[in-house]
Amino acid sequence: MSTRETTTREDQNSKVFEARGITKVYEMGEVQVQALRGVDLDLYSGELVVLLGASGSGKSTLLNILGGLDTATSGHVTYHGKDLTEATERELTSYRRSHIGFVFQFYNLIPSLTARENVSVVTEIAAEPMRPEEALAIVGLGDRVNHFPAQLSGGEQQRVAIARAIAKNPAVLLCDEPTGALDSATGLLVLNALERVNRELGTTTVVITHNAVIADMADRVIHLSDGLITEITSNQDKKTPSQLQW
Amino acid sequence: MKGQALAIALVISSGIATFVMSISTLDSLRYTQAAYYNNYRFAEVFISLKRAPESLKGSVAAIPGVQRVATRVKAAVTIDIDKFPDPVTGLLISIPDKGEPLLNGLYLREGRLVESGRDNEVLVNDAFARVHGLSPGDKLHVTVNGKRKALTIVGIALTPEYIYQIQPGSMLPDFERYGILWMGRTPFGAAYDMEGAFNDLALTLAPGAEIKDVIDALDTIMRPYGGLGAYGRKDQVSNRYLSEEFRMLGKMATIFPVIFLGVSAFLLNVFVSRLISTQREVIAVLKAFGYSNLAIGLHYLKLVLLIVLLGTVGGVLAGIRLGQGLSRMYMDFYRFPFIEYVLSPYVVGAAVIVSAAAAVGGTILALRRAALLPPAEAMRPEPPVSYRETIIERLGLKGFFSQPGRMIIRHIERRPLKSLLTITGIAFSCAIMMAGTFFGDAVDYMIDVQFGLSQREDISLTFIEPTSGKAVHELQSLRGVDYVEAYRSVPVRLRYRHHEYRTAIEGVEPDGDLQRLLDTSLKPIELPPAGIVMTDYLGKILGAGPGDILTVEVLEGSRPTLQVPVAALVSQYIGVSAYMQLSALNRLMREGSAISGLYLATDSRYKNDIYESIKKMPRVAGTIARKDAIKNFYVTMGKQILVFAFYMSIFAATIAFGVVYNSARIALSERSRELASLRVLGFTRGEISFILLGELALLTLVAIPLGFVIGRILCAYMINSLQTDLFRIPLVLDAGTYALAATVVLVSACISALIVRRKLDNLDLVAVLKIKE
Repeated sequence: MSTRETTTREDQNSKVFEARGITKVYEMGEVQVQALRGVDLDLYSGELVVLLGASGSGKSTLLNILGGLDTATSGHVTYHGKDLTEATERELTSYRRSHIGFVFQFYNLIPSLTARENVSVVTEIAAEPMRPEEALAIVGLGDRVNHFPAQLSGGEQQRVAIARAIAKNPAVLLCDEPTGALDSATGLLVLNALERVNRELGTTTVVITHNAVIADMADRVIHLSDGLITEITSNQDKKTPSQLQW
Repeated sequence: MKGQALAIALVISSGIATFVMSISTLDSLRYTQAAYYNNYRFAEVFISLKRAPESLKGSVAAIPGVQRVATRVKAAVTIDIDKFPDPVTGLLISIPDKGEPLLNGLYLREGRLVESGRDNEVLVNDAFARVHGLSPGDKLHVTVNGKRKALTIVGIALTPEYIYQIQPGSMLPDFERYGILWMGRTPFGAAYDMEGAFNDLALTLAPGAEIKDVIDALDTIMRPYGGLGAYGRKDQVSNRYLSEEFRMLGKMATIFPVIFLGVSAFLLNVFVSRLISTQREVIAVLKAFGYSNLAIGLHYLKLVLLIVLLGTVGGVLAGIRLGQGLSRMYMDFYRFPFIEYVLSPYVVGAAVIVSAAAAVGGTILALRRAALLPPAEAMRPEPPVSYRETIIERLGLKGFFSQPGRMIIRHIERRPLKSLLTITGIAFSCAIMMAGTFFGDAVDYMIDVQFGLSQREDISLTFIEPTSGKAVHELQSLRGVDYVEAYRSVPVRLRYRHHEYRTAIEGVEPDGDLQRLLDTSLKPIELPPAGIVMTDYLGKILGAGPGDILTVEVLEGSRPTLQVPVAALVSQYIGVSAYMQLSALNRLMREGSAISGLYLATDSRYKNDIYESIKKMPRVAGTIARKDAIKNFYVTMGKQILVFAFYMSIFAATIAFGVVYNSARIALSERSRELASLRVLGFTRGEISFILLGELALLTLVAIPLGFVIGRILCAYMINSLQTDLFRIPLVLDAGTYALAATVVLVSACISALIVRRKLDNLDLVAVLKIKE
């Protein structure tokens, strides 16, 4: 870890995640695929981190392990000091339910529920949620609450997904290629929403992307390649999404 | 996919197995019957008479159209069997002193035929021998014409003439208390005063002969000799019963398999369409590579046909096995000397074609949908499907549902047709289950009504000939006999317009307590002083109702032909009878107080004493105890239906499982992405199971009452088509039938749910997020 990094973390030294020596091996038939080859990583409260890498670099695997969707083959991940690698299936479910918000490339909305209900589905099972309307207002969809996914554009659907992710007031927001399926104008709207959530709610946000431009809006950028972290850089003057262009 | 394909193959198997089993059993029975009739020279026209000289045979043989003629002597006898207290009666039939009978041949199961010159040899029929454990060498005491004679059994035989042996006055066979015996013509004639004479004749027809002309000519010849009316095989008791039974089996053998094949075809269709819509992308890629729609179609068709093949082979094999088993059971039941198991290629062919057609139909429809999409569009993720608020929610009940609840009802409402088909499939399995199991209750009810409300005597006895009414007092005076009612039974041919039916008019006492006629609401009715009262079934056969004048052709005595009005119709589940007041019938017959038999109400403690006394009465031709009659009913009629129904229930359960399991699996594959997303969002396994299985539970719960309705209709339809001269099963469905059907469906649903739940537990959360719709 560079000294440069520690200085930027002065006021946010509460460590959310601590990952040490994570490896992940997938058995694909008779072939073994090493997705992660020993990753050490710390994530801090309130920061916006971009995981940057080509496809196959292991970034999704890393995100899934952090989010409790997958388990590491070896190594340890702790969340606020609690070891996720030792957690049972039931504990991981409860962990995702209480602490993590997810945003996916393909939105994964429930088509049979309206925007509001897609958010409610999560707030109904959360401990201290915000009102669904409030969450939708944050992502700029206050006027589309009664629309079904089929009646919304891709960008709007992704913003509903963000609203759904933040409505339970999660400690961490994990976004896997949130703009991957969107054109750049729509993508920017989505990034705006993420940036606003991070700024206003202080939610630790991790965004996976292979689009280097997006990295400019992060506090820190973690470069992954071939299952290893190759570089971690901090943005001294991070840009707002409206300043980005691709 | 494997499980689903297997479940479908299983359902197809069930459908085909039922079909093959039923049709092949029926074919085998019919084939065996025909072969048996043919090989053992079953006669085609029969007549009984008082007595005619043997020389009359020549005149009969001279009737145009007559091929072969056999004269016989027949007599009602009583039989004494050691250690069997009940009165046993029988029919003694003459056979040639040497060699096989010319007509109505005997199949010797054991022993030999009689030898000429011996006057104490007898053959007994197989069923009777079996229940009493008789074998060649055993002795019997038979009372012929008032004379008791000791006879030695030399053979055990079967004959196509008495596949069913039914004693006079009974409507059901009784193998225990009624036997058929054969004795050489000379010793029998000597004992029965029939030397050089005969009292029964059977003949076969030359090809192309008109049976009605032969019957008329025969009646004319026999009239002076006390002929009782000639009749063809159609009215020959054993053959009639057998034909009716085969007709009933035939109905069952078509109704069930048609439904089964229908349901399995439906399942296959749903499965195939679903499969192909999930393969949308693959199809697009193949098309992009330049595969033609035809080539792609053939690919999926092969898969589908493989499932059909699997199901068909399994079904045909199971069907053959079950069919052979069932045929053997029927062989035993009908006492056929052999059974020829026949499996016509058309049976297998028909089964294969129906299943394959359903599969191919489903495949083509689904493929058309997939093929219509340009490849580029098909490769893009499907847009989110449109949903809207359901009617229930718009009615203001929205707040009533949680989000998962809304997902369930909106999903159901969005594809109403699919939901409806699932409901229909489950409902049908519930209905088949009911149709397979309700017979038990219905038969119980029928017995309760027939023997509890209508035929209430403990013992009924029949005299050899019409007897003076004084016999009532003789029986009344026996210890243990509480009450006696007399009846007169006159064999008749009833005609109305161009319909005719051979039966008997029962003359019963008008305010009788033992023999009562019931109206449609099962209330006893009083017999009108004149006119005929008929069962509604007979009314339907003749097309006659109250007020119509029937032509009654009496088949005994001076054989008058009379015109008698129909006074009323009554409902009766068993038999096809006509009734009159005893005195009115006597007046009509211009006879005194003649009676044919008696109904007794007895004190069961004196049963054996009463039997002892009855055995000593030479005029008694048959005795039936109500309890035995009921038992016989279950043993004979009941058994085959119940066995068949039992097989059906098993198949119905398979279908119930197949439908529910497939619905669950389809729902799972359609919604796994959605459910995995919810899991990612922190929903527990239980919570997502609720969404998926809740929908299934809701559909199942809706399907069950619908199944009850369909089941009732199905049962009504079956009952209607199973109406026979022997009995008409009433539409009685008791709570147990409904409960059993519902339970089978629910258990199938639960098992399916458990299997699907296991799949839900192993949902790959990561993979599902990467897949596009």
